Amino acid sequence: MAIAPRTFPAPEIEPLVEAPLEEFSRERHLAWKKFARHRLALTSTAVLFAIILIAIFAPLLSHWDPNSIDSNWAGSPLAPGQFGHRLGTDDVGRDLLTRLMFGARISISLAVTVVVIEVIIGTILGAIAGYYGGWTDFLLMRVTDVFLSIPLLPLLLVLTGIVAASSTKAALNFDSIVIIIALLSWPAVARLVRGAFLSLREKEFAEAARAIGGTDPRIIVRHLLPNSVAPIVVQATLDVANVIILESVLSFLGFGIQPPMASWGSMLANAQDTIAIAWWDAVYPGLCIFVTVLAINFMGDGLRDALDPNVK
Amino acid sequence: MLIYAIRRTLQAIPLMIIISIVIFAILEKMPGGPLAPYLQNPHITAADIKRLEHNFGLDQPKPVQYWRWVSHYVSGDWGWSNSQSEPVTTAMFSRLSATLKLTVSALVLALVVGLAFGIIAAVKPYSPVDYFVTTLAFFGQSMPVFWFAILMQFWLAVGGIHLQAFGYRFDFSLPSAGLTSTEGGGFVDQVRHLVMPVIVLSLLQVATFSRFTRASMQEVLHTDYMRTAAAKGLSFGNIILKHGLKNALMPVVTIVALTMPSLVGGAVVTETIFAYPGMGRLFITALNQQDFPLLQGYLVVLAVLVVMFNLLADLAYGWLDPRIRYD
Repeated sequence: MAIAPRTFPAPEIEPLVEAPLEEFSRERHLAWKKFARHRLALTSTAVLFAIILIAIFAPLLSHWDPNSIDSNWAGSPLAPGQFGHRLGTDDVGRDLLTRLMFGARISISLAVTVVVIEVIIGTILGAIAGYYGGWTDFLLMRVTDVFLSIPLLPLLLVLTGIVAASSTKAALNFDSIVIIIALLSWPAVARLVRGAFLSLREKEFAEAARAIGGTDPRIIVRHLLPNSVAPIVVQATLDVANVIILESVLSFLGFGIQPPMASWGSMLANAQDTIAIAWWDAVYPGLCIFVTVLAINFMGDGLRDALDPNVK
Repeated sequence: MLIYAIRRTLQAIPLMIIISIVIFAILEKMPGGPLAPYLQNPHITAADIKRLEHNFGLDQPKPVQYWRWVSHYVSGDWGWSNSQSEPVTTAMFSRLSATLKLTVSALVLALVVGLAFGIIAAVKPYSPVDYFVTTLAFFGQSMPVFWFAILMQFWLAVGGIHLQAFGYRFDFSLPSAGLTSTEGGGFVDQVRHLVMPVIVLSLLQVATFSRFTRASMQEVLHTDYMRTAAAKGLSFGNIILKHGLKNALMPVVTIVALTMPSLVGGAVVTETIFAYPGMGRLFITALNQQDFPLLQGYLVVLAVLVVMFNLLADLAYGWLDPRIRYD
């Protein structure tokens, strides 16, 4: 956006533009109070913390190795309780509980990494498009149109299929899956940020910042971005849940995390074949996905209620 | 309105062109190129490869290749599927009816259940039904579809429901996979095969539809014209269905149109788990056998569906809400 050339240096403006500190902390306090009132969201946050702690301390919590096979294993999954396997073993005799805990590391860290990348790309591009408008905006929106016009799951599968076919399936490791999912999921964030910026840049405070000679990057980063954090945070939270599901579907179909590495989805890959003799192999990994995703969704809902001024 | 429809349709064309370039570029990335099957063959020399490349036009510049690809697509030649050993169009459209049966049934189920839940929840907010609907929406959103499918199979197909009461025995189980039984094929048999996949596929849609219907219905319930209708002495059902639902449905129509492509995409997982011979399972087969022409065809179909339903959603919105002016 073109701004009239400055003819004299901007005066000391810092204290005027920034809201007083108390104002900020009061608002934050209000948001926290609203969030705490949402009891399901609060419980969910606690559950999530517990899951994350278990994932972090997995090696300390279990004396089994997630990838080694119990010598007592004789061809079929060991039942819960047998030979000290609290939740039994999987179809090749690896301790299920241990693999669930190590699977949590992969599933959750993968989803969080994807969302961090997607939010960074989406915010930068969305902010530029929303703030400057014009051709930049038009081009970027057409690009997101294209991305959003092909259903995500089939496109993801084709891309992971290409990676798998161009070398071996081992090329489908943590990094490549993160990159592929992030590459396809930033457009939704970009649209969200662009929409927020489109309306924010017309607001009085943005005009005021411009009037006193704020540069474009400064207005974007110091004035518009802080005001669009709430929807971005909510979207990012819900996206972590979506990516956990996406990764589990990919891994379940054999185009995600590859064996012997454990992710909740890859642990379910063989579950359909053995379910008649070992229900625990099918039930527990899915339950982990379900509980985690449900908790994140509840938390996201609580965040939306707390942060969105439009929701009462 | 007509002018708007035409303009909106014309706007979809550049989008389709860009999408086709992206899909073409994805196929270009396929390892080994289109001649990959021949590269493994020791009887085919490098000179043969060169000749094949020339014959297939693979030595031409990329834009020329793209143009040829597009014109073939438009004329209905979608290439040869090497996993099915038949043209891509034949392979896909012979499975179209199975997929349509599945997705349309799922859509109808989701609409009936989702709308009913949404309306009841909106009319009686904070009632047990309302809490049930809200919970269901969260569960549907958070449930990994394939896990739900496996559990259903375990419960209804492997185990089955067996009840014994008052000297009667009740046995119920459903087939776990396929389109029909080998000996069967009648209507009842087909329906029995459809029950589980349809429930699994519609779960997410039921959650989405009921949430949207509830929100939109709640908004409508507080409008002046609803109060007027009540003041006129119309019956409760009449008010809700004729005055309320008709207006509440507008945003819902958009959501339904926009979820159609994801329904088709979601069928990939459902069809795979239930070994249902539709386009989604064909897609997974093609993926496992690196049958790129078929994958490409599938992506093209999905993209066309998305663009088409977006267009339909826009047009339906304008048609349902005469207040919206397009000019």
